Amino acid sequence: MKTIIKYVLLDLLKNRIVLAYTFFLLAMTLGIFNLDENATKGVMSLMNLVLIFIPLVSIIFSTIYVYNSAEFIELLVAQPLRRNTLWLSIYAGLALSLSIAFIAGVGIPVLLYEGTSTGFVLILSGLFQTIIFTGIALLASVKTRDKAKGIGVSILLWFFFTLIYDAVVLLVLFQFSDYPMEKPMIVLSMLNPVDLSRILILLKLDISALMGYTGAVFKDFFGSGTGIFISAFVLLLWAVVPTWLSLKKFQRKDL
Amino acid sequence: MIIANNVTKTFGKLKALDNVSVTCNKSQTIALIGPNGSGKTTLIKSILGMVVPNSGFITFDKHNILHNWNYRARIGYMPQIGRYPEHMSIAQVFNMMKDIRKHSSTQIDEELIQEFGLNEIMSKKMRTLSGGTRQKVSASLAFLFNPDVLILDEPTAGLDPVASEILKQKIIQEKEKGKLVLITSHILSELDALVSEVIYMQDGKLQFHQTIEQIQEDTGELKLAKAIAQIIKRK
Repeated sequence: MKTIIKYVLLDLLKNRIVLAYTFFLLAMTLGIFNLDENATKGVMSLMNLVLIFIPLVSIIFSTIYVYNSAEFIELLVAQPLRRNTLWLSIYAGLALSLSIAFIAGVGIPVLLYEGTSTGFVLILSGLFQTIIFTGIALLASVKTRDKAKGIGVSILLWFFFTLIYDAVVLLVLFQFSDYPMEKPMIVLSMLNPVDLSRILILLKLDISALMGYTGAVFKDFFGSGTGIFISAFVLLLWAVVPTWLSLKKFQRKDL
Repeated sequence: MIIANNVTKTFGKLKALDNVSVTCNKSQTIALIGPNGSGKTTLIKSILGMVVPNSGFITFDKHNILHNWNYRARIGYMPQIGRYPEHMSIAQVFNMMKDIRKHSSTQIDEELIQEFGLNEIMSKKMRTLSGGTRQKVSASLAFLFNPDVLILDEPTAGLDPVASEILKQKIIQEKEKGKLVLITSHILSELDALVSEVIYMQDGKLQFHQTIEQIQEDTGELKLAKAIAQIIKRK
């Protein structure tokens, strides 16, 4: 497995897009922190970068990469290798390089400017977004044979998780505004990794009061030890389940 | 050595393989022939585990190949259209394959690399190679690890006469070492000197599997091309 990861990583390094991505993140992070004197405000702005831009790059880049590695995959499938090893190595290579780019571009500056638990939660959320959306990308690309269609599906999925889902939740909230919606809201937010991360960061920023009574319920749940444990577990599930499904699909795929 | 049992594979409505059963033994050289789209490549890919059959199973040395992967260390495969990572150089492709298959204690056989003169162009990128040079790389890779089984899908298509002859000599040489060789080709005259058995496929079905002597006896023709033509006409 190490051998294959090595080749995937070498390939990604040569690609230079990951390098460009790192520098872009670094420039954005430094820019945001230098514009605002208040580092907490900087974290707020960074949160939007982390929760919208990171999923987008992770999902699109990974999808395109898998399609472009078709030859590599075809060549190696006929070799004495487990298909699992091959697929997981591609996942590991992608997730690893994108995570390193994130740590270098966002993680280290955040620790320098805002090395608090808030900054830490932000970095952890970004890392989770990276590995979650890489997994979703793998699932999207193994399910669709056509490259253009696969990339389209990936963009749609990103759109769904960052925008459409929130719109639907808002609609539900308004429709059921006469009922106590606080508990269902916790469940609903668990079903979207982007929302879940956003809530975790907002609660750390101590502006949950802005969310009214729901905010208080959130604080009660997500602020508690079990709440944090459950959220981390759910995020982990979000990373594992799509990847596992894609692995099952890849094992029986005809090449 | 390789036994396929009632293998069926469908792609949508198309039946690429229809209840195919084949037995291939050591030191046989088998020609797999049939019209375009008769399922030859699908059968080969099923043996390699690149295509998963809908029903039936394939065994390699009495072990089911499903969920198995070690057996591929003993197969050298030359695809019909060799597709390689475009930005890698020839040397990088060879090194990567050696890296991946290094656990096998087998000898590295670089004879074809030398005979094809690939040594001089090792630093060329795969995307700049002509179709024929790609075929040379594919052939060299198939023989590189001295495998017990060689599966060659249209090996001479796109090769110039000199390279084609080198490859043929190599196949004969390996055949004499007692290896199982599976070849598909449309140029039947080329197979004359090589093969000991013929498998004929049509529309995904196995039409016949006979030794060359049997075919010659049945048809009274010495040349494979004429004999096969006669059999097809008779049907």
